[in-house]
Amino acid sequence: MIDFSHNHFQLFGLPERYQVDAPALDAAYRALQSEVHPDRFAGAGEAEQRLALQSSARVNEAYATLRDPVRRAQYLLSLHGIDAFSERDTSLAHEFLERQLERREAAGDALAALDASRLEALATEVRADAGRVEEQLLARLDRDAAWEAARGDVRELRFLSKLATDIDAMQAELE
Amino acid sequence: MALLQIAEPDASPAPHEHKRAIGIDLGTTNSLVATVRNGFPVVLPDEDGHPLLPSIVRYTQSGVEVGHRAQSMQAADPQNTIVSVKRLMGRGLTDLTDARRFPYRFIDEPGMVRLGTRAGVKSPVEVSAEILRALRVRAEASLGGSLAGAVVTVPAYFDEAQRQATKDAARLAGLDVLRLLNEPTAAAIAYGLDNAAEGTYAVYDLGGGTFDISILRLSKGVFEVLATNGDSALGGDDFDHRVHCWAIEAASLPPLSPADTRLLMLKSREAKENLTIHASAPIVVTLSNATKVDLALTEEAFTAITANLVAKTIAPVKRAMRDARLTTTDIKGVVMVGGATRMPQVQKAVGDFFGQPPLTNLNPDQVVALGAAIQADVLAGNRTTTSAARDDWLLLDVIPLSLGLETMGGLTEKIVPRNATIPVTRAQEFTTFKEGQTAIAIHVVQGERDKVADCRSLARFELRGIPPMTAGAARVRVTFQVDADGLLSVAAREMTSGVESSIVVKPSYGLTDSEIARMLQESFAHAEDDLVARALAEAQVEAEQIAVATARALEADGELLSAEERAVIDAALAELDRARAGTDHRAIAAATAALNLATTDFAGRRMDRGVARALKGKRVDALT
Repeated sequence: MIDFSHNHFQLFGLPERYQVDAPALDAAYRALQSEVHPDRFAGAGEAEQRLALQSSARVNEAYATLRDPVRRAQYLLSLHGIDAFSERDTSLAHEFLERQLERREAAGDALAALDASRLEALATEVRADAGRVEEQLLARLDRDAAWEAARGDVRELRFLSKLATDIDAMQAELE
Repeated sequence: MALLQIAEPDASPAPHEHKRAIGIDLGTTNSLVATVRNGFPVVLPDEDGHPLLPSIVRYTQSGVEVGHRAQSMQAADPQNTIVSVKRLMGRGLTDLTDARRFPYRFIDEPGMVRLGTRAGVKSPVEVSAEILRALRVRAEASLGGSLAGAVVTVPAYFDEAQRQATKDAARLAGLDVLRLLNEPTAAAIAYGLDNAAEGTYAVYDLGGGTFDISILRLSKGVFEVLATNGDSALGGDDFDHRVHCWAIEAASLPPLSPADTRLLMLKSREAKENLTIHASAPIVVTLSNATKVDLALTEEAFTAITANLVAKTIAPVKRAMRDARLTTTDIKGVVMVGGATRMPQVQKAVGDFFGQPPLTNLNPDQVVALGAAIQADVLAGNRTTTSAARDDWLLLDVIPLSLGLETMGGLTEKIVPRNATIPVTRAQEFTTFKEGQTAIAIHVVQGERDKVADCRSLARFELRGIPPMTAGAARVRVTFQVDADGLLSVAAREMTSGVESSIVVKPSYGLTDSEIARMLQESFAHAEDDLVARALAEAQVEAEQIAVATARALEADGELLSAEERAVIDAALAELDRARAGTDHRAIAAATAALNLATTDFAGRRMDRGVARALKGKRVDALT
């Protein structure tokens, strides 16, 4: 069985950093699943099968968390005792919010006008912004250990990522 | 009989004894059964040499006919001859937008629609069970004994209700279901292992009544589904129906009787099949009122009247590619599955979209059953007896549709997103919204839409006994767990008081357990089977499985145990051997459970060791 007291990074034998070695993560994930997946215990007893199910689900959860830039940052902060999405502080910079709301409106208009190139332009903008926030997170989390300052970045990144998903859905609708 | 032989006191099970395991492709139009023989998957034909069993069930005066005999009577006896029953699985009458197309006597029941036949009211589950039973009998005759288990395939885009209905049908047919396997994934296994494929592949699976697209990454023996999408009510049947409508219009026919409808549908299908090799196909038929229809359908006309059906398959392909965050240039090959992919306009559309000709070098009718057989072989524990190349591979599949809960205002809160790799466990906390609220209603839904009304309702249950608190103070943690079959269970727990409630999701409109029990009883009576014999056989199989697994584990990792621990396990094993020599299924089950308990710690330690090995292996990889 996997060690359930290990955190997601320890589980895959990776350093606790925001920058993650994707090929190493993929390889460790496949190696672990090859050991714990329920299919490996098809002929085994009920207890062993239940353990396999729990272990495999945990490995999937850890992998999904570390693969995703928002969830990875949130998780890393939680390891330092910080809740990035605490209900007590949900604030985002005013200009940031305003810009994103404008973009969302523009995307809705573009969809209504069946303007695929406008949607693509908006998607590119949002991706670029997300890239910049990720860069900042990298510096704050891996270099400066500025956990509190990183909270705002994580919230911005989640906002941008949701917006990107929504624009993506609109693009799918246009196709 | 063979099961009893295994249990002979002197015949202790050889560690590598081959289990009879089968893979079943339960198709809309045709069904197949396959097994792994000498390391290679083969389809098992019927006694006349037909590999395909038409998925057609006819209720006669004296009993039930399945397959070719039922097929030959479908135009003469349309209301008692059930075709394409797969389209009805897990569906209510209101779900069936195409109900008028079928000549059946539909009966609207809460949950799943029922069919009125001369043998009484039948559920789609019972009809499907007849098909599965015919395949089970075929496999038992061919393999010479009872089966250890079966892998049954389902469309990847089947929802919970459709999956559960399929599993119920298999149980009803007397099959021990090792796994429900997604059809495109099964095809990928057969194709991938056969071709030692590496890279990212798309599987385009257009069957008789369902469409799936799956994107998979094949890497070092791991088959990882990245995304899946589809339409569980779109298939070759719909192309037949277009031809049928075209013929009615072209020949200016009045509304047809059920028998004539079926007859014209058959001719339409023949014309469709003809057009895969000819530029034009005749539709010549004499109706019951002696009207003669004599038409010719050209390839151009056929392509034109089905263009939007083909387009309807490309939209899910695009969605799956988006979800996988891939572009067509990332796709190394496109595997075509399902008889309907033989249509030239389908191949052309797929080729145009992916910018490469699709792979059509495998038999689109058989590849799913072959993949299911390979998986069944592994799950039955025959891995070590098959060829080395097939030995070490693993399948990581996903759920096709998001799972969530109803929250305030009839909105859906997604807990497990679509394309999450299974098994998966996700938890989320909710709270009460009224002062002193002591119960919370949990409504589990499936689908992508925001409004609960637009999603499929799966189950409802209540968490009661929450101590009265101020609004928002209670912390209700709801945990979703989806197992490797893609089936869901949900648990809720109030964190401050520890009050718990849970449910294994049986879709609210599926069959109830008592219905299943009744049908099982009936089917046993019908087959002159015996419940006790069945329980004994099942207990024997399970006991043998754990005995063999334990023996293997002791052989491999026995040194993980102290002498005392070893003695406890040995004693439990010996007790199980004694029980297996007898015919008391309860004693066997009890001894099995005892051995299970005795080996729990050992199992944990073995997994620890495996994990340590896996991580060590990775570090070596990373260094080189």
